[in-house]
Amino acid sequence: MDGIIIIGAGECGTRAAFALREAKYSGAITLIGAEPHLPYERPPLSKPTGDLAEMKLICTSDALASAGIDYLQGSSASKLDSETGAVILNDGRALTYEKLLFATGARPRKLTCPGAELALDFRTYADAEMIFSRMGKGLRVVIIGGGLIGMELASVLRGKDITVDVIESAPKPLGRAVPMRFAEKLFARHIAEGVGFHLGRGVAAINSFSVTLTDGTMVPADLVVSVIGVLPETTLAEAAGLMTGNGIQTDIYLRTNMPNIFAAGDCAAVAQPGGGYIRYETWRNARVQAETAARNMAGSAEAFTTLSWFWSDQYDLNLQVAGLPQPTHQCVLRSLPAGELEFYLDNGRLVAAAALGSGNSLAKDIKLAERLIAAGIHPDPAALADPRANLKMFLKSVRAA
Amino acid sequence: MTWITACKIDDIEQESVIRFDHGSRTYAIYRGPDDSVYCTAGLCTHEAIHLADGLVMDFEVECPKHSGAFDYRTGEALRLPVCDNLKTYPTEVVDGVVHVAIS
Repeated sequence: MDGIIIIGAGECGTRAAFALREAKYSGAITLIGAEPHLPYERPPLSKPTGDLAEMKLICTSDALASAGIDYLQGSSASKLDSETGAVILNDGRALTYEKLLFATGARPRKLTCPGAELALDFRTYADAEMIFSRMGKGLRVVIIGGGLIGMELASVLRGKDITVDVIESAPKPLGRAVPMRFAEKLFARHIAEGVGFHLGRGVAAINSFSVTLTDGTMVPADLVVSVIGVLPETTLAEAAGLMTGNGIQTDIYLRTNMPNIFAAGDCAAVAQPGGGYIRYETWRNARVQAETAARNMAGSAEAFTTLSWFWSDQYDLNLQVAGLPQPTHQCVLRSLPAGELEFYLDNGRLVAAAALGSGNSLAKDIKLAERLIAAGIHPDPAALADPRANLKMFLKSVRAA
Repeated sequence: MTWITACKIDDIEQESVIRFDHGSRTYAIYRGPDDSVYCTAGLCTHEAIHLADGLVMDFEVECPKHSGAFDYRTGEALRLPVCDNLKTYPTEVVDGVVHVAIS
């Protein structure tokens, strides 16, 4: 038994492989990737700049080779034997490991209605290629799921003058991850851009020319895309006897119940100091957990901590959310020429911030807010709301104190 | 080397950056915390994002999208996901006017 095996070559698995070398790990590293490509970034898939799906590689094959990472492209793990420390690949080969990292990510939740198989998923490059290759003038696309991915896709398709209908079972789109004020503004923008919405209703059936809703409404569709969320990919881990819930459960060091097996990224449910487990589905989380897991696999004992952060581009608007805003937080609004910022205080302490503005104009404010959150400040709400009060000065006053 | 007039130093807040377009190219011009002025290529080397929307702290600029960072004095890539350094251009400030050499 020697070396480290990483199952999953998305953002997390690939970052972990390089981070192991950065942590001076000198043993063998095997990176197992099921897709027939070099590792690539997923966020650009729903934000293409041209007419076709775009692949942005995370690294070149030269970079993998020079870091001594053995990348098994188009290969998947079909079984894990944790007793003997071996992974059985889909071609029957057995690879032994000293330590293993699950970076298996998540897979799309599937509809269960009649005709569900007619709806396309939107998760991989192959999915994006399939969707964008079929785009053409006069096409009618139905997007099932009004979350971030569905709304990003809607904005891209409206930019191509394609008819778009969004079906969402909740009363409003973007209700889960986006603060209410900004969810409403984005919703209004989608309506102004001509997106049709069918809210508060589910999908009863899909056929090759329409989607039927639970209230009987028929929505014409040449193409149906289902983006109703993802489920952590835990099948292999569960079969091998690892503890799973909503994800592969780990301690704060990203270690599973088997001491030489770790999990990180979309598939990992990480123990929280106050009890319970949290699983994140963001690009930043995939990278930061990868780095923490890699260092711990190389011998450190570092607890995972990071502030959640994501952004979304819809039309010319950019949404950014840092931390986890809750309805119970005190919310402070700052209006700026380029958009709006919201700060969220928990008993006076700044714990989250969000912004909606044109282009990347508010990105720097969110980056400053992240630093203020990390500094644990208890800011004066009136000053936070005042656009003339420079956020950098809040940080300087903390540093000076 | 061609020197061109880019902006006034007062167009840039202290410890901040602005975008400067010239011909078909785009640049980023920085004013450091000590009022020194620097110029780099305008787009991040990772995904062609305008660094003028980035956060400047001390002598570091952080890309607004993926949080890669550069030392804008030398163009050195400091933090992943950026790996390639930024091109830098000489600057000089005469009577409050910033000149950049963009040969």
